[in-house]
Amino acid sequence: MPKNWATLHVRDKIFVAGLFLSPGNVEFEAQSEGNTMSAKQAPIFNEMMNGEDVRAAYRNLEQWYRSMPAELRSLKQSEAEALFRRVGITFAVYGEGGDPERLIPFDMFPRVLTDGEWRKLDRGIRQRAAALNAFLCDVYGRREIIRAGRIPEHLVTNNEAYEKAAVGFMPPKGVFSHIVGVDLVRTGPDQFYVLEDNCRTPSGVSYMLQNREIMMRMYPQLFMENRIAPVDGYAGLLKKTLASVAPKKCMSEPNIVILTPGQFNSAYYEHSFLADLMGVELVEGQDLFVEGDFVWMKTTEGPKKVDVIYRRIDDSFLDPLCFRPDSMLGVPGLMDVYRSGGVTICSAPGAGVADDKAIYTYVPDMIRFYLGEEPVLENVPTWQCAKKDDCKYVLEHLPELVVKEVHGSGGYGMLVGPKSDKSTIEAFEAKIRENPENYIAQPTLSLSACPTFVEEGIAPRHVDLRPYCLVGEKIELVPGGLTRVALTEGSLVVNSSQGGGVKDTWVLAE
Amino acid sequence: MLSRTADHLYWMARYLERAETTARLLEVGARNALLPDPSGGYRNDWEAVLQAKGTLEEFKEKYGEPNQRNIETWLFFDAENPSSVLSCINAARENARVVRTALTAPVWDAINSAFQELKQLQRTERSKLMLSDLSEWTLRTCHLVRGCIQATQLRNDGYDFMGIGTSVERADNTARLIDVKYYVLLPSLSYVGSGLDQSQWALLLQSMTAQRAFNWTYTGEITAQKIAHLLILNRKFPRSLLSCVRWSCEHLDNIAENYQTGTRAQDVAHQLLDDLSRATVEDIFDEGLHEFLGRFMARNAGLAITVQDVYLHGMPA
Repeated sequence: MPKNWATLHVRDKIFVAGLFLSPGNVEFEAQSEGNTMSAKQAPIFNEMMNGEDVRAAYRNLEQWYRSMPAELRSLKQSEAEALFRRVGITFAVYGEGGDPERLIPFDMFPRVLTDGEWRKLDRGIRQRAAALNAFLCDVYGRREIIRAGRIPEHLVTNNEAYEKAAVGFMPPKGVFSHIVGVDLVRTGPDQFYVLEDNCRTPSGVSYMLQNREIMMRMYPQLFMENRIAPVDGYAGLLKKTLASVAPKKCMSEPNIVILTPGQFNSAYYEHSFLADLMGVELVEGQDLFVEGDFVWMKTTEGPKKVDVIYRRIDDSFLDPLCFRPDSMLGVPGLMDVYRSGGVTICSAPGAGVADDKAIYTYVPDMIRFYLGEEPVLENVPTWQCAKKDDCKYVLEHLPELVVKEVHGSGGYGMLVGPKSDKSTIEAFEAKIRENPENYIAQPTLSLSACPTFVEEGIAPRHVDLRPYCLVGEKIELVPGGLTRVALTEGSLVVNSSQGGGVKDTWVLAE
Repeated sequence: MLSRTADHLYWMARYLERAETTARLLEVGARNALLPDPSGGYRNDWEAVLQAKGTLEEFKEKYGEPNQRNIETWLFFDAENPSSVLSCINAARENARVVRTALTAPVWDAINSAFQELKQLQRTERSKLMLSDLSEWTLRTCHLVRGCIQATQLRNDGYDFMGIGTSVERADNTARLIDVKYYVLLPSLSYVGSGLDQSQWALLLQSMTAQRAFNWTYTGEITAQKIAHLLILNRKFPRSLLSCVRWSCEHLDNIAENYQTGTRAQDVAHQLLDDLSRATVEDIFDEGLHEFLGRFMARNAGLAITVQDVYLHGMPA
């Protein structure tokens, strides 16, 4: 069933987090010091250590590491890799040559969060997910936040992700973004920052689940010695969430499906994995059609009505009659059925306007505006080049900033000031001057590091974290998330396409 | 079940069965080549093997003269040959990958492991690979996957669509394997009934793991009639044409019962079964073995097309 891969431009945001540098040019110091972790010169927070002491949360793990013979470790590592391959947990990369089915490197040293640390994240993430959804209902409805002057109108309506077809339609339970992936980085014992929100279809959750499965299989002892909060309720909660937003017209048990672009999509494994865990059909556009007021899927027994579509394709591919006419991935007429309440689409078309980098800076304001609360989690300070003063500051401080395109993803089209030479910076400066609205800038942060297995034992490597928050009738969040790790020494790039790996992420139960 | 899912399951089973047949054909060809040629030297029946697979033209275009090494490559490793073991295992695995949610973990594991092992084989030096090891590996792999299906899959419609894929493909393949015999004999009809002819019939039995089945079922010496009966009309032999068609019928009946409604597919299958049940070996030899097999393959293919039309293409039944 070959698809024209060239026509797929699925916005898949897994492993495309931002890029952050530590202050003081860690990499250069690393060369002179031979040690990136020199506490004096590069104050990187090592999540395992408190000065010379091992932090309580990591004590068992440290023991575990110390008592493990090196041969055993490499044995277990290859065993884990074989397992990943056998189970087929791969991500697909086509068109680059080589094996199209790649493994994401799995680091067996878990990352640990204490119960206390998690409680704060939990509150902050739920708060954010609620505010983002309130914002979406508002901008496609009464637009109060714009009328109140808290967010400039053009940032919303001129936004590429702003969906005119969604205006005036309130999805069931007032939820636009049903799965919110919040990307977090840590800079100190108590300091977490939100790097970005993912309101469309954040991926990677299958790795959260499988990393845990593999760790439990490899090292059951660890799970007896540590009280680790389980994450395997995720699929059940996801199904409950999706069922809770079934359209009003659905009178019986809702028929939920996952809509995938197909087997050539890099996250196809995840799509089928989630469908399997939830016990729902994994469909492609060609399996669905619209007739009358509903969407149907083609089955061996004839057409069957579909109530909730958890789509893993972009807005612009959903319906060739409404969006891109050349899309083969979507379902003609789907948007009409959606707008007349015949089917729920998760996330709702237009949800992307809330996770845009330009909107990101306003999320704390949203929280105050809609919830009347102070944000639990902070944003990374961000300068918007669209604002004159900000732009001036950015242009004056380019060598120390990270500059990103507002709509970019995947670590492309960005300038990493401290790592760039003069001519690169100058070239980028010209681009900013030409179209300042297209750029935001952030300071280089000192990303935390976690112990990670390397040839000689363990060494600190930079990490980030993406928990997955579910929003339906209720807001649900399993204790954990996907930790991505930059496996190369000194590197801050956690993207799997650029040498990033993943870790099991533990939240210790009280 | 989604029509597309059923389609993938059906083709997964077909490709798996096809891989097995290709391996069996390789085995027959290799053994045939070990028999002395009455006109001196050794026989070279490789062309017959390729003809039965319907790939003689493509092969000649790519490799020229058939010799064992080239044919081994073509039938086992060559990705350009759509019915090579490699192509079939890859296709079976690709179909399985798409519908993993419809397969149990052991089934997926067996198919995926086969795929990984095959990659390993590809990297192995060819001089270290015996032809018999390759065909044995293929047979073992196919048995393992089918065993996992048998032991772990829910007996739902998906199971029946896999079953139809297997039985339709196997019927076609058995017919082709018998047909090799026809091509082997083509050069000269005078071989019929000669000592060599006998040993080739025996080889056919071997290639289908049917020697013992034959001995348990029939008495006396091996004759073409008895072998034809075993492979075409015997209800007990699991690769006979009759058995295959019976299974197609059984699976289709299960589906009809499951869905509480039948389709054209059930009619077509039962018609074929009725005709086959009434046939005798004498009829078949009177008609001509080759002609009979050709007619059977066409009707079997007709059944496959009907199944696709009514179940797998998502048209409202």
